[in-house]
Amino acid sequence: MANSVINRSTLALERAGIRRRYPATTGIGKTGFWFISLAGYFFLWAPIVLLVVFSFNDARTVNSWHGFTFKWYENILTGAAGGEASFATDLMLSSLGNSLFVGFAATFISTLLGTMVALSLARGNYPGKRYIEGLLLLPVIIPEITQGVSLAMFFKIVFDFIEQSSGTRALPGFGTIIIGHVVFNISYVAVVVRARLADMNPRLEEAANDLGANGWQTFWRITFPLMIPGILAGALLAFTLSLDDFVVTFFLSGIGTTTLPVFVYGLLKVSVTPDINAISTLMLIISTVLIGISLLLQNRSLGRS
Amino acid sequence: MSEVKVRLRNVVKEFPARRGDKPVRAVDNISLDIYDGEFFAMLGPSGCGKTTTLRMIAGFEQPSSGEILIDGEPMQGVPAYHRPVNTVFQDYALFPHMTIFQNVMFGLEMARVDKKEARDRAMSALEMVRLPHIAQRKPRELSGGQQQRVALARALVKQPSVLLLDEPLGALDLKLRREMQLELKTMQQELGITFVFVTHDQEEAMTMANRIAVMDGGHVLQVGRSDEIYETPANRFVADFIGETNFLSGQLVAHSNKSGTVRLDNETLIQALLSHQDVVDSGEVVVAIRPERIMLRAYDEVIESTDNLNIINGQVRQVYYIGTDTRYIVRIGNDIDLTVRVQNTEYQKSLAFREMQTVKVLWDTTNARILTD
Ligand SMILES: Nc1ncnc2c1ncn2[C@@H]1O[C@H](COP(=O)(O)OP(=O)(O)OP(=O)(O)O)[C@@H](O)[C@H]1O
Ligand SMILES: [Mg+2]
Repeated sequence: MANSVINRSTLALERAGIRRRYPATTGIGKTGFWFISLAGYFFLWAPIVLLVVFSFNDARTVNSWHGFTFKWYENILTGAAGGEASFATDLMLSSLGNSLFVGFAATFISTLLGTMVALSLARGNYPGKRYIEGLLLLPVIIPEITQGVSLAMFFKIVFDFIEQSSGTRALPGFGTIIIGHVVFNISYVAVVVRARLADMNPRLEEAANDLGANGWQTFWRITFPLMIPGILAGALLAFTLSLDDFVVTFFLSGIGTTTLPVFVYGLLKVSVTPDINAISTLMLIISTVLIGISLLLQNRSLGRS
Repeated sequence: MSEVKVRLRNVVKEFPARRGDKPVRAVDNISLDIYDGEFFAMLGPSGCGKTTTLRMIAGFEQPSSGEILIDGEPMQGVPAYHRPVNTVFQDYALFPHMTIFQNVMFGLEMARVDKKEARDRAMSALEMVRLPHIAQRKPRELSGGQQQRVALARALVKQPSVLLLDEPLGALDLKLRREMQLELKTMQQELGITFVFVTHDQEEAMTMANRIAVMDGGHVLQVGRSDEIYETPANRFVADFIGETNFLSGQLVAHSNKSGTVRLDNETLIQALLSHQDVVDSGEVVVAIRPERIMLRAYDEVIESTDNLNIINGQVRQVYYIGTDTRYIVRIGNDIDLTVRVQNTEYQKSLAFREMQTVKVLWDTTNARILTD
């Protein structure tokens, strides 16, 4: 979860075609780069490897190894299946439920809106399009903390205004969290879908036109079916980011809306328990799989000969 | 010929300037009449505006000015999907998410043709291109030649009144290309549909087309049958682009109605036909002679001189044997070389000239044309 920010921005930058290039280097330079990247990967992955290893540790403590066990996973799974589990596990599972709810809702809305934004950017021709396109990348670049704070302020102002004009006090909750997630997810979905559209052979739409299909028919019979892998890739990315998000959620949550990352953070203040390691490992696996499928979908070849 | 099918009147297409560039005039004042049932080729080098012209007829681009009529109807404001034309794209543009059968059915579905009839028509279109057995495959499982035929079937199943083809054989290897040329030609004759065929291959245009429009820089330079274009090219570009030609530059020193005398740069005087009355006004001209229209004779052979025969002296510089022909490079003056092609008949073989041999170079005046440079 900690690396979600890194994950997000590098992914999106790559999608947007911004890749770093290093000049060709000599033998010594190459070894140097090799060493640096090795060290980089070590620091990136060592904590994660530790976390995974200790999720199988047969002890409550996390600083020494006491043998292999599946019991933390079993505990989570029994709880998930509705069986007897510890109170902490039950709480964790209900926060997982919240996470999934927020994830699905935010993914649905942001996929819909992001796809529409991508279409308008790829096919539309209106003044200022380039600037709108630039603005689209903003949520990718702005630090999450800034987004969190600004959204929290925004909602406070809106809620104050509602209270003054109608007398009822609106409270932060699922609504605010979902809106917050939608705000950053739209960009990711739009960038991914836009890349797909840009890769599409423009002759295909012309061919449909040529064969008697009007704009609407061409869209539904040709453009949309060919966009689906891009839309799915965008949706999976959005869902993963939403599931992982801590900062924005933290600023926008209310009572009873604790998502899994926020819950885990709360537990950490007390102590790191093997439950946390186990659930984090599960989240890691789910995220990796989803991102993997998303990348696969994005790289699938298009209708070009 | 019969009625005009497609008419272009002073058509201009200008693409707006990209950053820092001037606007591009891809098509510059083209007027053309394409007749019903004709196989019409548009021929020209890369970037001369062939595709742009075709796309304007199809309705993918709008002319900046001028008019396009199909069957006498102005096409201004008529969208591509309402025009009685269909296109075979250079990269075929088959729909990758549909089977071959669905690809061919697409146009019929859009026209709301009755389901059963549509299926029959799609099947017979696939039979016509001899591919009924691959109906259930996806485009990516097909070879280039097969994709090309599917694209053809998909367009022809609509029974268009004009078929537009943009370098449809460009991606095929030479052998397949030859085969498809014949096949396309036969198909066109049987169906009687007007074909507008874009290519930059002069041989392809000559074998297939009834008439050819030679284009360059957004202009149509000449329209005519292959033999007209080959025998009587309108200017130097056309003569150079179609087939092989010798160009001799010089000055027009005398002329009658039909022919003129040109003094070459080495003072030799030669006779040739005037391609155009306009050449009379320009002092500097070029004379174009096809290599196969020039004859070589031994230096000591006695030749009966006639009015129409040009005879000059030359020296063989290089000899290339290329199977059906022998190609000679003959020097006829300081730095003036002529290419001569002689068919390898028994008689000619008995003459065979050697390098550095002096020879007589002959041609009939009617085979040499005076063009503006
Ligand atoms: N959409 C466009 N925007 C700007 N310029 C264009 C556009 N389409 C074509 N052009 C320019 O117009 C000119 C003619 O292009 P066109 O594609 O018609 O040539 P062509 O004869 O088909 O060439 P080729 O044999 O290479 O296909 C070229 O200079 C090309 O760069
Ligand atoms: Mg072209």
